[in-house]
Amino acid sequence: MSDLVVDVRDLTRRFGSFVAVDRVSFQIPRGAIFGFLGPNGAGKSTTIRMLLGILPVSEGEGHVLGFDIRTSSEEIRARVGYMSQRFSLYEDLTVLENLHFFGGVFGLSGARLDQKVRELVEMTRLDGFEQQLAQGLPGGIRQRLALATSLLHDPEIVFLDEPTGAVDPALRRYFWERIAELSAAGRTVMVTSHYMDEVERCHDICFIHHGRLMAQGSPGDLKSRHLPGQMWQVRTSARAEVAAHLARVPGVAGAFPSGETVRYLLEPGFDPAAPAAALRTSGLTCSAPEPAEPTLEDVFVALSRKRGTP
Amino acid sequence: MISHRLLAIIRKEFVQMRRDRLTLAMMLLLPFVQLVVFGLAINTDVKHVPMAVLDYSQSPESRRLIQSFTNSDYFDVVAWPEDTRAISRLIDSGTLKVGLVIDPDYARDVRAGRVARAQVLVDASDPITASSTLSNSAGIANVLGIQLLGRYLRPGTPFTPPQMPVQIDVRGWFNPDLLTANYIVPGLIGVILAMTMMMITAMAIVKERETGTLEQLITTPIKTWELMIGKIVPYILMGYTQMTIALLVGIYGFHVPVRGSLFLMYALTLVYIGCYLGLGLVISTVARTQQQAMQMAFFLFLPTILLSGFMFPRAGMPEWVQVLTLVIPLTYYLEIMRGIVLKGVGLVALWRWVAPMMTLMMAILGIAMLRFKKRLD
Repeated sequence: MSDLVVDVRDLTRRFGSFVAVDRVSFQIPRGAIFGFLGPNGAGKSTTIRMLLGILPVSEGEGHVLGFDIRTSSEEIRARVGYMSQRFSLYEDLTVLENLHFFGGVFGLSGARLDQKVRELVEMTRLDGFEQQLAQGLPGGIRQRLALATSLLHDPEIVFLDEPTGAVDPALRRYFWERIAELSAAGRTVMVTSHYMDEVERCHDICFIHHGRLMAQGSPGDLKSRHLPGQMWQVRTSARAEVAAHLARVPGVAGAFPSGETVRYLLEPGFDPAAPAAALRTSGLTCSAPEPAEPTLEDVFVALSRKRGTP
Repeated sequence: MISHRLLAIIRKEFVQMRRDRLTLAMMLLLPFVQLVVFGLAINTDVKHVPMAVLDYSQSPESRRLIQSFTNSDYFDVVAWPEDTRAISRLIDSGTLKVGLVIDPDYARDVRAGRVARAQVLVDASDPITASSTLSNSAGIANVLGIQLLGRYLRPGTPFTPPQMPVQIDVRGWFNPDLLTANYIVPGLIGVILAMTMMMITAMAIVKERETGTLEQLITTPIKTWELMIGKIVPYILMGYTQMTIALLVGIYGFHVPVRGSLFLMYALTLVYIGCYLGLGLVISTVARTQQQAMQMAFFLFLPTILLSGFMFPRAGMPEWVQVLTLVIPLTYYLEIMRGIVLKGVGLVALWRWVAPMMTLMMAILGIAMLRFKKRLD
């Protein structure tokens, strides 16, 4: 218990008859980077909002840093940083004023606040923008300011809800570097995303889909558990046709287009030559199949298929 | 210990207030403009009213009466019609507002020490002129009467006249209330505060909800009361600034005397401001957009102005409406302000208005707190 900073059991949230989060259970150990993965509307933000006590829990229980999420949201909020999906800044305040304001709201003042703000301005590379009003700032800088704001009170846990939702690749890389730094400094980071590639950096991952938890584990665990066999890929321009053709070959599970290629899982005990031969006789133009490293996207496709949802 | 969170909110509100120059300028200009407009347009000390005179007496005494009218500056004689029908025509056509008809026996009555009579006809469709004419002619008659009395009271003459020697009937008697700047200014301060306090608070919070910053605040450890107080304090100062501007314009622009204690006035105004800030908070928990908040503020504002006694005396309203006016904070504030400004009375005399206003404030703020809490979750 002592090393689990988040402990959630059978957490459920209903909006009328719609079940947004359905009996979700997971644990996050201290210092971990915890990826909360799933498509839009899967229930990720709803879960985080319940953890912070912004949304009341319908059923189940949860503890954050040992505090009950149903009764001790004040204590939790004081120790947790939260960067919401659509983080809102005061448009008519400058970068520095926004930081000072939120710092004050978290109870910081005087020299401690000044020092913390300076530190975060440097870390999030906001120097040069301090005196600008938030309303004129480009998206990437707003996003960095939002990150700085959520770190003002040295939170033990940081919830980052889709921090890389609509940002360019450079900023995505930047965010993941910061997340790694936070984790190295002993902070726990819970980050939601619908980009399968970036969450490879997480220590632990939960897949959530239609409010249900579908799998949990480290990226390696998830791959070995949910991808029995070998991943293969073929390069082609006729991706849809090749995928459809491959799906009919015995032993091939879940062929799906991904980028320039079509990926598929060949279950153990089947001949890798069979799919290649089937493609050759089909007359479709494509490269010869080659073994591929399994990715989390493969895991997600495999999991979705198991539940009967594409 | 003063909470850093509270201070952070207050500081932020001030910065935002300062940055929104247009709103700030409007808030500060509002009391000035309102007072000037109300004070000048509803200037009820009507002077130089055009008057027709029909003098059936044609005597030195009657000429003295006419002179008293013209000397007063309130009336200018512009026509000398032949008969009363001519006066009615002039008044009906709107050419004139007032006609003075002097009785044929006027001079004889004055000389004999009897009650001398004259009649003033007034265009009653203009209640302000009518009421001002009423009081001015009565005043003129009294002054003249006292002068005549003085003549009778020579040593050795027995004192007889039990009545004022000159009596002027005013026909078209209409509005018993004599509205003046003295009466309007204290009320206007209440009206300005009601409007701006209610609207500005509602808008400020709904704006945070609209832009999503309120949700951001909810995820911080800030407490409901800190957020509420932090939002309110800057607007209390704004209210006091508006009030001070209005008072200064009233005192120096319209020569309104403040007979009572300024300290008491400012102290009780805090209770009043609390009422309307609270209403603004309540509105902010109901309205989803700034536009809705504005509409709701106006919706509450209209009955406030019409029923509180600012426009029309409450005594003239049906009983059930009078009961309704008891939940309007301005009703009490008007009595308090007029009491302090015009009568110079203190807290003891005002207590019957202060106590219900405090009760109202606590009720409104209580509801606001409960509803505000609910909306945060």
